[in-house]
Amino acid sequence: MRTLFAFHGGVHPPTHKDESTRTPIAQTPLPSKLVIPLSQHVGNRAVPIVQVGERVLKGQKIGRPEGKLSSAVHASTSGTVSAIDMQLVAHHSGLPDLCVTLIPDGKDEWIAHGGVDTKQTSHSELRHLLRKAGVVGLGGAVFPSDLKTDAHHHKIKTLVINGAECEPYITCDDMLMRERATDILRGAGILRELLHAEEVLIGIEDNKPEAIAAMQLAVGQDKHDKMEVLSVPTMYPSGGAKQLIRILTGIEVAAGVRSTEMGVQCFNVATAYTVWRALAHGEPLLSRIVTVTGNVSDAQNFDVLIGTPLDELVALAGSKPDTDRHIMGGPMMGVDLPAGTVGITKATNCIIESSPKLFPPQPPALPCIRCTRCTDVCPAELQPQDLYWFAKANNFGKTQEFHLFDCIECGACAYVCPSNIPLVQYYRYAKSEIHERERDKKAADLARERHEYRQLRIERDKQEKAEKLAQKEREAAAKAAQAAATPDDTQQRLIEEALARAKAQAAVAHPQNTETLTPGQSAEIAAIEARRAKIREMAADAGADDEPPKSH
Amino acid sequence: MLSSPFIAQPSSVSQIMLRVLLALIPGIALYVWYFGPAILVSITLASITALATEAVMLKLRSRPIKPFISDNTALLTAWLLALSIPPLAPWWLVVVGTAFAIAVSKHLYGGLGSNPFNPAMIGYAVLIISFPVHMTHWLTPHALGGVELSFVEQLNYIFNGVLPSHLTLDAITMATALDTLKTQLHLGLSVSDIRDMPIYGRLAGKGSEMVAIGFAIGGLYLIFTRIISWHLPVAYLAALFATAGVFHLVDPQHYVTPLFHWFSGAAMIGAFFILTDPVTSPTTAKGKIIFAVGAGILTYLIRVFGGFPDGMAFATLLMNICVPLIDAYTQPKVFGKKGAGK
Amino acid sequence: MISALWVMIGISLLLGAVLGYSSIKFKVEGNPLVEKIDAVLPQTQCGQCGYPGCKPYAEAIAKGEIGINKCPPGGEEGIQKLADLLGVEFQPFGEGAAPKGKAVAFIDEQTCIGCTLCIQACPVDAIAGAAKQMHTIIASECTGCELCLPPCPVDCITMESIGENITNWKWRHPVIIPIKVAA
Repeated sequence: MRTLFAFHGGVHPPTHKDESTRTPIAQTPLPSKLVIPLSQHVGNRAVPIVQVGERVLKGQKIGRPEGKLSSAVHASTSGTVSAIDMQLVAHHSGLPDLCVTLIPDGKDEWIAHGGVDTKQTSHSELRHLLRKAGVVGLGGAVFPSDLKTDAHHHKIKTLVINGAECEPYITCDDMLMRERATDILRGAGILRELLHAEEVLIGIEDNKPEAIAAMQLAVGQDKHDKMEVLSVPTMYPSGGAKQLIRILTGIEVAAGVRSTEMGVQCFNVATAYTVWRALAHGEPLLSRIVTVTGNVSDAQNFDVLIGTPLDELVALAGSKPDTDRHIMGGPMMGVDLPAGTVGITKATNCIIESSPKLFPPQPPALPCIRCTRCTDVCPAELQPQDLYWFAKANNFGKTQEFHLFDCIECGACAYVCPSNIPLVQYYRYAKSEIHERERDKKAADLARERHEYRQLRIERDKQEKAEKLAQKEREAAAKAAQAAATPDDTQQRLIEEALARAKAQAAVAHPQNTETLTPGQSAEIAAIEARRAKIREMAADAGADDEPPKSH
Repeated sequence: MLSSPFIAQPSSVSQIMLRVLLALIPGIALYVWYFGPAILVSITLASITALATEAVMLKLRSRPIKPFISDNTALLTAWLLALSIPPLAPWWLVVVGTAFAIAVSKHLYGGLGSNPFNPAMIGYAVLIISFPVHMTHWLTPHALGGVELSFVEQLNYIFNGVLPSHLTLDAITMATALDTLKTQLHLGLSVSDIRDMPIYGRLAGKGSEMVAIGFAIGGLYLIFTRIISWHLPVAYLAALFATAGVFHLVDPQHYVTPLFHWFSGAAMIGAFFILTDPVTSPTTAKGKIIFAVGAGILTYLIRVFGGFPDGMAFATLLMNICVPLIDAYTQPKVFGKKGAGK
Repeated sequence: MISALWVMIGISLLLGAVLGYSSIKFKVEGNPLVEKIDAVLPQTQCGQCGYPGCKPYAEAIAKGEIGINKCPPGGEEGIQKLADLLGVEFQPFGEGAAPKGKAVAFIDEQTCIGCTLCIQACPVDAIAGAAKQMHTIIASECTGCELCLPPCPVDCITMESIGENITNWKWRHPVIIPIKVAA
C-alpha cells in the first residue's frame, strides 16, 4: 500500500454530490443555436476562420490557434454561421467576448475524420494533433494540453491523473470515471508515453467508491502496467493540482514553479478521456460532461455540445422558477454567470442553479478579529488575515511579500471566516491591481525608451545637418577662393564649350522625317509635347513638395 | 456579480464569543459556591456598562450598532474584567473600569479587531493603579468560617458604601493568596510557615484554587472545541511552571511551588481566556508560543520581584506590545518553499 | 578641566574626519532623485505639466520649481506616490486638470493627407507613415498624450478611449456596505 501525504489545512463543506449521480450521463438534444466563444483556453484568443453565412460541418475548425499559447476551436455540429460578434461569455467580468454563433441544421454531419495509431505516430505529431483538436485541460485551468505534454526539458517520473473532484456539487468526473473508465485510462496511457513518465497515479476522493471501483476494474482489464488508482481522503481542496500532487507523491510544487521541474505532471480525468478521443478517433473537443444541479428538479450529468446556451441546458434539468443566478463550477471557486445566454465552454464542468434559499446571502462582514481560522485551513500555508489587511489597505507590495501569488483562490479561508469577510475577493482584487500596475510599468518603460531614443535621434539629425551645412559652407568658400584665383577667360571658355556641346546635341536629337508631316500629325505631336511638358512641370512640383515642410 | 465562494461555514464572531462566555461558567459557578453571589452583581454591572459604552461609542463613531453590539465581545471584556476585580468593590469601580476598557482601549484604537491591548487588562491596570486600596479587599471564602455579609448587606455596601454598624471592611475581606504570600515573605517568614496559614488550601488559596480549576475546565472545553488553539495556554502554563520550578528548586523556603503559581491569581483565567484574545495575540503558531512563554516568565517575575501582587495583567499588556514584532519575525514558510534555497 | 577640553576637541576632530571621509567615499553621482521621480511618472510625454516631457518635469520637481499635482495621466495615485517619495503632503489636482480615462489616438485613414505633421509631433514614434502616404497609429505604442491632435491640418485624428474588456478587466475592491456607513 502506497503511503499518502497530507497537505496543510483544508475544509469539509457539505458535498451534495448524491443529487446528480442517480442517473447515467444523458445526451442533450441539438440546441436551437450554439454560442461558441473563441477564447475558451489559457492564452491567445483563437482567430475566426469562417465567414458569416458559411456552412460548417461538425468538427470543422472555426478558430485557428494564434501563437504558441493558444488552442483551436471547432464547430460542435453542422450548421450555418449566423454571427461572429461580441457576446456575453462565462467569465467573472460579465463582459462580452468574441463568439461564433452557429445555427445547427439538424443533420449533425461530421467532417471527414479518423484516428491515428498512437504507437506508430511520432510524439511531435501527436502533440500537433492535440493542438489541432483543441484539447485543453478540462479540470478548470483550460491550459492547452499539447504544451503540457511537451516536457522534454525534464525527466518526468510520475503522471498524476486527477479524479479527486473535491468541490461540492460537481460530479462530472465521477460519472465519467464510472461510465468511461477504459477510455480515460487509454488516454492516460498516451499521456504517459508522451511524457515518458514511469508511473501513473490516479487520485480519486474516497467519497466516490463507484468511480474508484470502475477505474480499478479497467486498469485490471486493460492490463495497464505501473498504473495505480488511489483513494484519497475527502478534503477540499484535494483536487487542486498542487494539493493532489502533494497527497500522492509528497512533492510540494511552489508557486511559479512548474511541476515538471520536479518530475510530475498532472492531468484531469476528463482531459485524459478527451486526449484518447482526439487521437484514437480523430474527434476534436466538441462536447464535455456537465453537471447540472442545485435548484433543479432533476439534477444530473449531460454530455453537452460546446456552445450550448445555458438556458437550454438548465431547462433539461428542470430549473426551478426561483432560481436567481447561475454558477459555473462549484460553490467554492465557481463563476457567477452574467446571463442565461452564455454558451457552455470547455471549462464548464458544472452549472449550479442558485436560489437565495440554496446559497443565502452572506451576513454583513465584520472586522477581522485575527482568529487565524483562515490560517488553519489555508492549503498554501499563507497568512490570509495579513494578506487581507494589506489588500484592503492597497498595500500591494506587502501582499506580494506575504506571497499573495501563492494563493490558489480555493476559498477555504472565506468559507471558515467567522467575520464573513470576502477574503478571496480581496486577493483577486489585489492580484488584478498588481497585474495592471505591471502592465502600466511596462508601457511606461517602453514609452520612456522610445522617447529617449527619439530625443537621441533628433539630436543626431541636428548634428548631422549642422555638419553638412558646415561642409557645404567650406566647399563654397573653397570654390570662391578658387574662382578668385583663376582668370575670367577660363570660365568664359568653359561656358562656350558647354554651349557648343548643347548645340551639337540638339542637332543630333533633332527629329527626323518631320518635313513630310501632314498638319494632323503635326497637331498630334504638338499635343503630346504639351502633355510631356505638363508632366515635367508636375514632377517638378512634386519634387518641391518632397522637401519636408518647415515646422514651427 | 458575486465572487466565490458562495457558501460559508455557519460560524460567526458572536457565536465564538458566546462559546467563550459559556466556558467561563464553571469558574463563575465555583466562584459563587466559595465566595457567595456578590460576583454576579459585578458581572451584571460590568455587562450593562459594557453594552451601554459600546452603543455610545458606535454611535459616536457612526458605525452600525446592531451587528457590533451583538458580537458578544463587549460582554466578554466585561466578564473578564469583573472576574479580576474584588466582588465587594463599590459599584463605580466596576463601571469606571469597564467604561474605560471599552471606550478607550477598544474604540479609540479603532474598535473590534484593531485594539493592540487586551481591553479587560487595560481596565484592570487602570483600576489597580488608580484605586489600589479598593482593589485589594477580596472576599474571604466560606470555608474560612469568618464573618460573612448577607447578600442584601453586600448589595448595600456595593451601591451605598454602607456596612453593618458592627463591622469594618477589614473584618470581612482579606488579601489574596499571592498578596499574603508576598507580604509575609517580606516579613521574614518561610514558605512552609506561610503555607500553614488557614487561608491556604492544598494547591493555593482556599476557594480561589477551586475557581482556577473551574476556569481550567472551561479552557479545556475551548481547546477541544477548537475555539482557541492549544499553543497559548500550554506555552504560558509551561513557562510559568518552568520559571517557578527553577526558583523553587534553588530555594524552596523562599519560592513557592510551581503548582501554587498555576492555581493562584489570574494564571488559569489568563492562560485560557485572556492571552487567547485573538485580536491582541500573534497569528503564527511559533509567534503564539513566543508570546505565551514571554507572558509566563513576566508573570512570574512581576509576582515575585515586582510591586504588584499578581503579574498576569501587566505581563499580558507588555507582551501585547510585542505582537506585531513577533508576527513579523515568525512568518512561516509557505507551501512548496520550505526547503528554502533549493 | 583642560583634559576634558582636549577630549572634546579630540572627539570633534575624529567625528569631523569620519564625516569628511564618508562624504568622499559615499559620494552620490548625478541626481538619483530625478531618476526616482521619473520612474513614478507615467511617461506619456504629453507635456500637460508644462514641461516638454516627463524627464524635464521630474527635474523641475526635484528642484522644487513646481508642484507634484501637474500630471493628469499619472492620476491621484501618481500624486500619492510622488508625495510618498518626496515626503510631502498630497496635493489634489487643480481646476480642469482632472485625469481622463486611458485612450489611444486613431487616424481616419480616409481623411489623412499624409502630411507627416503628426509623425513629427509624436513623442514616442508611435505613428507610422511617410510623406503623401497614409499614416497609422501603432496602438500598442501610443501613450494617449494627444500631442498629435493640434498639428493635424485636416483633423483626422481622434482619441478612442480604451474601454474595459475581458483582458484588462479588474476585480473591484470589495464594498462592505454596513461598515462604510460613516457619516
